Amino acid sequence: MNKQPIEQSIREFIAVNLLYSTEEFTLPAEASLLNEGILDSLGVVELVEFVQNHFGIKVAQKEVTPDNFGSVGKLVGFVCGKLDMDKGEIPRDLPS
Amino acid sequence: MPFSKNALKLDPSLETDRIVSFLRKQVLKTMRRSGAVVGISGGVDSAVTLALSVRAFGPEKVLAIMMPDQDSSPVSETLARELAAQYRVETRLENITNALEGFDCYRRRDDAIRRVCPAYDDDKGYKVKIVLPQDLLEEGTLNIFSIVVIAPDGCEEKQPLPRREMLEIIAASNLKQRARMSLLYFHAEARQYAVAGTANKNEHEQGFFVKYGDGGVDLQPIAHLFKTQVYQLADYLQVPEAIQKRTPTTDTYSAPCDQQEFFYRLPFETLDLLWHAKEQGIAVPEVAGVMALSESQVQRVFDDITSKQRTTGYLRLLPPKLEPYKPD
Repeated sequence: MNKQPIEQSIREFIAVNLLYSTEEFTLPAEASLLNEGILDSLGVVELVEFVQNHFGIKVAQKEVTPDNFGSVGKLVGFVCGKLDMDKGEIPRDLPS
Repeated sequence: MPFSKNALKLDPSLETDRIVSFLRKQVLKTMRRSGAVVGISGGVDSAVTLALSVRAFGPEKVLAIMMPDQDSSPVSETLARELAAQYRVETRLENITNALEGFDCYRRRDDAIRRVCPAYDDDKGYKVKIVLPQDLLEEGTLNIFSIVVIAPDGCEEKQPLPRREMLEIIAASNLKQRARMSLLYFHAEARQYAVAGTANKNEHEQGFFVKYGDGGVDLQPIAHLFKTQVYQLADYLQVPEAIQKRTPTTDTYSAPCDQQEFFYRLPFETLDLLWHAKEQGIAVPEVAGVMALSESQVQRVFDDITSKQRTTGYLRLLPPKLEPYKPD
């Protein structure tokens, strides 16, 4: 699975919706979204709603952990795992 | 000093004297106000603040205000009256339900709740509360709020709170604290008193307060104290035992909801010591050994504290402004 478009979508969402920025979100994939103060309780909800709606996956509350949502890299891995599990296709509107 | 489970023990006599001096200096000298108004809820924080204010200004210069609304537990008023009677302080009862109806607080809140839980009906005796996942030590889930609706027959429905509904419920509920702040200032201004805040360190620094609501005060006499230290002062100041033994509650939602459920996710005895250790820069393995926890449990709590402190900075931020204009 090509992870690049997934990572790009997540980065765009964080930049626009969590940081209210017109610039790219350039923090390294492994940087902690929690320790950087990017993800508060509202941001977590927004990010969960985004990955559910954008990638067409279901996220259980027990899956909303730092291991899955704590960094861009972890979230990409989580989404890829879900898409693999569902044998789903990556939605066509993802940026290439 | 090595880290131990006694790290937060204080000398309550010395600390009381220090806070009383602070109150006198700030209120009488700096603010030039002659006494204090304290909103009392029947909880331990406001009880300690009241007791300290009485020591600082005398009972005749302290006014205690009770401000329940339709969702408040009747126990809160009973305990608040017991407290005021013990310290011989004048009280005022200000029921804020009508003011909140004027703000359309309940309808705004309930409309949002019903979009998530359509069965919810306040008039039919349904109760509601907002909770976080519990047991931070055992579960690494992030701080994601759920709503719990309790039917009159006791059946509970728990749903994750979507963003829009979460914002609307919190915004409507915060009208309560802001209505209370307005009344505290009415009474303070009518007597030229100062409003004494009742937030402890946990509430103030982790952002468990409403900006310009319960955070809208003239001074914060106990905001430097961990909750477990507030209990030590309560014992020393002989706060009524029923208040000392009462589980800390939000008293904001109609269903009983303690502060651990709503926000902290840990008992204060554990949270406070871990937070202190983090502040002192004690190494995780040492903390884990003293607290009989795993290193990953300690790290999880450290991360949660960091996250809450960083993401609630807005609440503690004073309105920024520019430097004066300087012509070239």
